[in-house]
Amino acid sequence: MTTADKSMGLALRAVRTLAESDLLDRVGLRKQVEKALYNGTRDGFRVAGAAGRTFAAAQKLGRPARQKKTKPRELFDVTPDEDQQMLVEVTKQFAAEAVRPVAQEADHHSETPKELLEQAAELGVTILGVPESLGGVVAERSAVTSVLIAEALAHGDIGIAVSILAPGAVPTALGLWGDAEQQAKYLPAFTEDNAPAAALAIVEPRPLFNPLKLDTTAKKDGTGFVLNGVKSMVPRAKDDELFIVAAELDGSGPALFLVESKTEGVFTEPEPAMGLRAAETGRLILENVKVPALALLGGGDLAVYEECIHRSRIAWCALATGAAQAALDYLIPYVNTREAFGEPISHRQSVAFMISDIGIETDAMRLLTYRAASRADMGRTFAREAALARRLCADKGMKIGSDSVQLLGGHGYIKEHPAERWYRDLRAVGVMEGALLV
Amino acid sequence: MATVLSIEEMCWGDVGLLLTMPRQGLGNSAIASVATEEQLKKYGGKWAAMAITEPESGSDSASIRTTAVLDEKTGEYVLNGEKIYVTSGERADLVVVWASLDRDIGRAAIKSFIVERSNPGMKLDRLEHKLGIRASDTAAFRLEDCRVPKDALLGNPEIDTKAGFGGVMKTFDNTRPLVAAMAIGVGRACLDETRKLLKKAGVEVDHVAPAYTQHAAAARLQQMEADWEAARLMALHAAWMADNKQPNSVQASMSKAKAGRVCTEIALGCVELAGTLGYGEVELLEKWSRDVKILDIFEGTQQIQLLIIARQLLGKSSAELK
Ligand SMILES: Cc1cc2nc3c(=O)[nH]c(=O)nc-3n(C[C@H](O)[C@H](O)[C@H](O)COP(=O)(O)OP(=O)(O)OC[C@H]3O[C@@H](n4cnc5c(N)ncnc54)[C@H](O)[C@@H]3O)c2cc1C
Repeated sequence: MTTADKSMGLALRAVRTLAESDLLDRVGLRKQVEKALYNGTRDGFRVAGAAGRTFAAAQKLGRPARQKKTKPRELFDVTPDEDQQMLVEVTKQFAAEAVRPVAQEADHHSETPKELLEQAAELGVTILGVPESLGGVVAERSAVTSVLIAEALAHGDIGIAVSILAPGAVPTALGLWGDAEQQAKYLPAFTEDNAPAAALAIVEPRPLFNPLKLDTTAKKDGTGFVLNGVKSMVPRAKDDELFIVAAELDGSGPALFLVESKTEGVFTEPEPAMGLRAAETGRLILENVKVPALALLGGGDLAVYEECIHRSRIAWCALATGAAQAALDYLIPYVNTREAFGEPISHRQSVAFMISDIGIETDAMRLLTYRAASRADMGRTFAREAALARRLCADKGMKIGSDSVQLLGGHGYIKEHPAERWYRDLRAVGVMEGALLV
Repeated sequence: MATVLSIEEMCWGDVGLLLTMPRQGLGNSAIASVATEEQLKKYGGKWAAMAITEPESGSDSASIRTTAVLDEKTGEYVLNGEKIYVTSGERADLVVVWASLDRDIGRAAIKSFIVERSNPGMKLDRLEHKLGIRASDTAAFRLEDCRVPKDALLGNPEIDTKAGFGGVMKTFDNTRPLVAAMAIGVGRACLDETRKLLKKAGVEVDHVAPAYTQHAAAARLQQMEADWEAARLMALHAAWMADNKQPNSVQASMSKAKAGRVCTEIALGCVELAGTLGYGEVELLEKWSRDVKILDIFEGTQQIQLLIIARQLLGKSSAELK
C-alpha cells in the first residue's frame, strides 16, 4: 500500500464514521454531509491506475501456447480424478484454516491480507490457466478443476475467494485466447513471485446490464484503439496492473482488450458494495485510453467474447455452490444445538424443511455447475448450460443466503456469524458478469 | 440409470400409459428387492401392484391396520383389512399387500404378502375417478379372510424389532429416482411444447443475454429449464449412485422432492404461458398439468421427502423429528 493509498483509506474511513454518527442528525447536517460523502467517494478518491510494472516479452514463441484439453470423459461424471482430488483437498484445508478465520476481518476492513494472497499464489490456484511451456503448473485446461477450486475457496469465504481468483482470470484468458506475442509479453509475470494483481472487467454500472450491449467503446486509431467507458465491480481495482476490458469495437460488436494500469487515461475509484468487500471492488474509468493493436484479444471474435461470458458465469456459480455448502455445514450443528420451547429448533418442521431445501438446492446448483464446466471441457456448446446454472445459482443461492440469516434469527443478523456475509455476498451471483474465469 | 432414462422417455409420451404397462409396477420392485430364489421363480415375470395405503393410513405407513394371522392348521396367513389407491390393482396379476403380524409391536411387525389377483378373499371395491393419469386404474380392495400360502410372505417372517422398518423402506430408495424420472419426462414434454408455441409467437430464449433483458416469457422459460435440468441431473446422480452401490437414500429423496415440485410448477407455468391454448384440451399441456401432480404425492409426498432428507442431514430419529 502506498502512502497515498493509506491516507485515502483513512480519509474514507473518517468520512464514513462521520456519516454514521447521529450528531449529524441533531445538528441537521446529514443531507449536506451525505452529498459530500457521495461526491467525495466519487471524485475525491479517484486515482490513476496502479503504477504497475513494465510487462516485457521474455521470449517470443512462434505460435501461441495452449494447454491441452482435458482427456474428455466418455460420460458426465461427477467424481473428481486423482489430481483434482489432491488440489481440492489442499484448497479445502486452506479455505478452512486460513480463509474462514480471517473472513470477517477482511470483510470489515475491505481488504484481503497480503500474506493470504501470497499463500494462495503458492498453491498455484491463480495460474491454472497458464500453459506449462510458459511456466504454468498444470498441463491440461480443465474448467472442472477451476470450478472445484473456486467452490472449495468459497466454502471459506466468497469475498476472499474473489480476491484470490480474480487475477487468475487474466492469465486464463491469455492462455485460452492470447496470441504468441500477447502471451510472451504478459504471461511470464503471472508465474513469478510477486505476480501482479489483474482483473477481467466486463460489467458496467447500469440497470439491465447486458454484456452484449456495452457502453464502453473502442475506436480504431491508426493501428491501435482508443477506449472510453466505465467498468464496475472490478476486484482489487486500485492494485490491478493489467486489465482485460470488454468494449464495443467500432460498432462491430463487443471485444476484449488488454489495458495496462499505467496507461494514460486509466483511473480507478473505490466502489464498495453490499458484499464481496474483501475483494476491494472498484470502478475502472477509461478516458481516451490509447492501446496498441496488440491489445485486442482473440482477434475481436464474437465467439471468443461469448465464451468468456459463459466461463465467467460458471465461475460465479462455483462460488455460489461453495458458499451454499458452507451455509448448510454451518446451519446443521446450529439448529441442532439451539433450543427453543424446550427442544432443539431442528425438531420443528419449518426449520428442518428449510435445511432439506438448502440441501436439495445446493446439490442442484452443484450439478448444473459441474455439467456446464464439463461440457466446456468436452469441447461441446455450453452457453445454455452456463445460463441455466447461473439462473439457478442466482435464485437459489440468494434464497440460501437469506434462509441462513433467518435460521439463526437475530443472531444471523449479527456479524459474529458468517450468515449475514453469505446474505450479502450471494446477491452478487445474479449481478456479476466477468471478473472470474474457469 | 438405464431405467431412469427409459422412464423419462416413456413419460415424455405419457405417464398414465407408463403406469399401466405390465410388470413395471411398484410391486415388482418390492419383489425384486426382497424375494427368495423360489419366490422369484414362482412370481417372476408376473405383473405386481402394491397395496400399502389404507383409508386411515397414508404417509404414516407404519400405522396400517390390515392384519395377517398365521393359521397354524393350514399353514396359511389370513389377511383382513382395506386397501385403497392401488395402482393397476384391477389389471395386475398379483398384489403385494402390507399387513401387520402384530399391531402392538408396530413397524417391525409389518410384512408384505403376495396375493394372487384371483384370490377370492380380495374383493375389488371400486375404481377411482381422478384429476389425471386416467389411463392408469386405481383400485380399492377389501381383504376378508383372504388366505395366502406361507411362502407368500416376502423376506424374513421373523419380527425383528432391531432391523425395524429399514428393510421395507429400502425399496423406495430405488423407486424414488424412478418417480422423479416420470416427472422429468412430463416436464420435458411441457417445455418442448411451450418452446414451440412461444417460438411461433416470436419469443425465444437467448442464453447469452441476461434473463431480465428479455421477454418475461423467455425469462420464465429459462428459469423453468434451469429447475428441470437440475431435477434431471439429480435423478441421474441418485440412480448412478445406486448402480455403483453407493448409499443414495438422501439423493433419492432429494431427486424426488426436486422433480415432484419443479415439474408440477413447470407444467402449470407452461399452461399459463400458452394461455387458453394451454388451458384448453386442444393441446396436451392441461393434461400434463393434471397428470404430473400425482408424482409429488405418491411414493412419499413432497413433505415426507423433506422429512426423510432432514432426518438424515440433521441426524434425527423419527421420534425427534415427526
Ligand atoms: C393415483 C394414486 C395412485 C396411488 N398408488 C398407490 C399404490 O399403488 N400403492 C399404494 O400403496 N398407495 C398408492 N397411492 C397412495 C399414496 O401413496 C398416498 O396417497 C400418499 O402416500 C399420501 O397418503 P395420504 O393420501 O393418506 O395423505 P396423508 O398422509 O393424509 O397426508 C395429507 C397431507 O399431510 C402431509 N403430511 C402427512 N404426514 C406429515 C408429516 N409427518 N409431516 C408433514 N406433513 C405431513 C402430507 O404431505 C399431505 O400433504 C396412490 C395414490 C394416488 C392418488
